[in-house]
Amino acid sequence: MKVLAVMEERGGGWHPASLEALAAAQRLAAVTDGRASAAVLGADPGERAADFARYELERVCAIGHPVLDPYTADAFTAALEQAIGDLRPDYVLFPHTYRTRDFGPKLAARLGRPFVSDVTAFRTEDNGVVFTRPVFQGKFVADVRIAGDAPHFVSVQAGAFRADAVAAGSCAVEEIGVEIPAEAVRTRPGEPFREEAGAVDLTAAERIVAAGRGVKDESDLEMIRKLAEALGAEVAASRPVCDAGWLPLSRQVGSSGQTVAPKLYVAVGISGAIQHLVGMKGSRVIVAINKDPGAPIFEVADYGIVGDLYEVVPALIEALKTG
Amino acid sequence: MKIVVALKQVIARDSVLRLSADARWVDETDAAYEINEADAYALEAGLQLKEKQGGEVIALCAGPGRVSKAIREALAKGADRAIHIALDQPEQLDSLATARLLVEAVRQEGPDLVLTGLQSDDVGAGQTGVVAAELLGWPHVTLVVGIEPAGGGLRVRRELEGGWFQYVETPLPAVLTIQSGIARLRYATLMGIKRARSKEVRRIDARELLPQNETAAPIVRLREAEKTKQTQILEGPPAEAAAKLVEKLKFEARVL
Ligand SMILES: Cc1cc2nc3c(=O)[nH]c(=O)nc-3n(C[C@H](O)[C@H](O)[C@H](O)COP(=O)(O)OP(=O)(O)OC[C@H]3O[C@@H](n4cnc5c(N)ncnc54)[C@H](O)[C@@H]3O)c2cc1C
Ligand SMILES: Nc1ncnc2c1ncn2[C@@H]1O[C@H](COP(=O)(O)O)[C@@H](O)[C@H]1O
Repeated sequence: MKVLAVMEERGGGWHPASLEALAAAQRLAAVTDGRASAAVLGADPGERAADFARYELERVCAIGHPVLDPYTADAFTAALEQAIGDLRPDYVLFPHTYRTRDFGPKLAARLGRPFVSDVTAFRTEDNGVVFTRPVFQGKFVADVRIAGDAPHFVSVQAGAFRADAVAAGSCAVEEIGVEIPAEAVRTRPGEPFREEAGAVDLTAAERIVAAGRGVKDESDLEMIRKLAEALGAEVAASRPVCDAGWLPLSRQVGSSGQTVAPKLYVAVGISGAIQHLVGMKGSRVIVAINKDPGAPIFEVADYGIVGDLYEVVPALIEALKTG
Repeated sequence: MKIVVALKQVIARDSVLRLSADARWVDETDAAYEINEADAYALEAGLQLKEKQGGEVIALCAGPGRVSKAIREALAKGADRAIHIALDQPEQLDSLATARLLVEAVRQEGPDLVLTGLQSDDVGAGQTGVVAAELLGWPHVTLVVGIEPAGGGLRVRRELEGGWFQYVETPLPAVLTIQSGIARLRYATLMGIKRARSKEVRRIDARELLPQNETAAPIVRLREAEKTKQTQILEGPPAEAAAKLVEKLKFEARVL
């Protein structure tokens, strides 16, 4: 099968998930006896596309048009719709980034196809490919089969495939011309910005205690602070705690917040949804305190206590004092 | 401004889940349900826009009879009326099929704005709003954490990865997919609950809207996720488990 992987730029380089998607594309091509290619989009992508010429690919497609910079879903959809018409891939793979969330399903819908998002694995089964993706916030996975005509659209979860598994080789860069009328772009994106005021840099912390929705009341954060103090740790949180305004966004760990890799990460009342995990699974030692033994946080934890955090946390503070 | 908010009812967050007998979904025998988290924020954003701009908020929900509870809650919080697309086993539809249904109902209303949640907490496809926008031929903005009227359109604040944001201007009509945290959620008041009883809920059969619901990416089966790490679970009453953990962190992991 012909597999086309759509690469994403970030800050002059490549989004780390891009190479992972490329590795997945090579694997999918291998199990379906096909070839993988990469696609790079931009105002003038030729030079950057050359970054991919050193991989084992059929080709790298440089899809250029002035309207592609800055990114908009309208322009990217129009460009890829045309490129797919030319290239006729069987599968189109994306890294499951915020940008892919923004335009991937739109592109698929334009071609009347479903879009299978956030895939962590695939395998061949009964002469077809079955894709695996999380459901119920990671408590289970679902196997999904795509019916109907190609192309099939799939995005790949961050961390599911290894960027260093991309096979080296060489391939040619091929320029693909597309026509996008300026009025096809209906939204006007502004410059990305960051909220600097009062920001805490959690990336420097050696130890972190993170509170999740298992903490039922704002005043109970006091207990979390005490635990952090006893461990010499910074306090962080999952999204719902920051959404509620109990802690500032700068203490949120996860895909929308900070990515941390301390020596010790203690997750208290956090279920372990992928958007949280991507921000902390690089920690050296992970401890999870959760009343649900089936919580996905236990899939990445080194040590776990299954129990009520309202009993476990005070006991832990006590044990740290006496121990 | 006429605003349609797409709400999905999902199994309540803290539920203990077991696979169904055929392993195609989870066992819903004693399930409790709630409005999908992001959709509760979408509703809140819609209500706040209406309060500023005037207009109407219409809740739109596709699902079996049980979703009337979600609809009542939306009406009690301030939605003006609702559309219930009667649909058994919504989990059997892929997002494209779901969006096609929702879009049929939206077309009958002709609103200025459609709000959806960014992602549902059960299937988690994270795309129904984007697909609906494409089917409607409207622009969309995803991951929205702020909305303000600007000219004839909207200026919205959108979340990017890693703590970054951007503003995006869009003309109307448009679809926005709402991220959690866009505003503080309100509770339904007693008065709101009373008023909800007399509000209109239009019921449409899914098969009437779209005679054929074709799903091209069905779920074959659900399974337990595989573990990547061997977790040492520290057993015992809290004091004992805590003492064991401190031991381990000091002498085995050496992180204290
Ligand atoms: C695009 C996108 C971006 C996102 N970005 C982020 C992000 O940056 N960071 C982030 O964290 N999330 C993010 N999320 C949200 C994420 O998907 C989850 O919804 C969120 O991480 C859940 O937080 P939680 O684990 O605290 O809450 P829940 O999932 O509600 O889990 C609470 C946990 O607490 C346990 N618990 C409850 N009571 C107790 C008790 N008494 N004792 C012990 N345990 C208890 C429960 O068993 C449960 O496991 C994002 C989502 C999307 C779609
Ligand atoms: N059955 C449904 N009824 C109403 N809205 C829905 C339904 N399914 C999905 N949605 C909307 O689409 C959003 C994204 O869902 P999903 O693509 O499944 O992650 C949800 O947050 C809802 O706003």
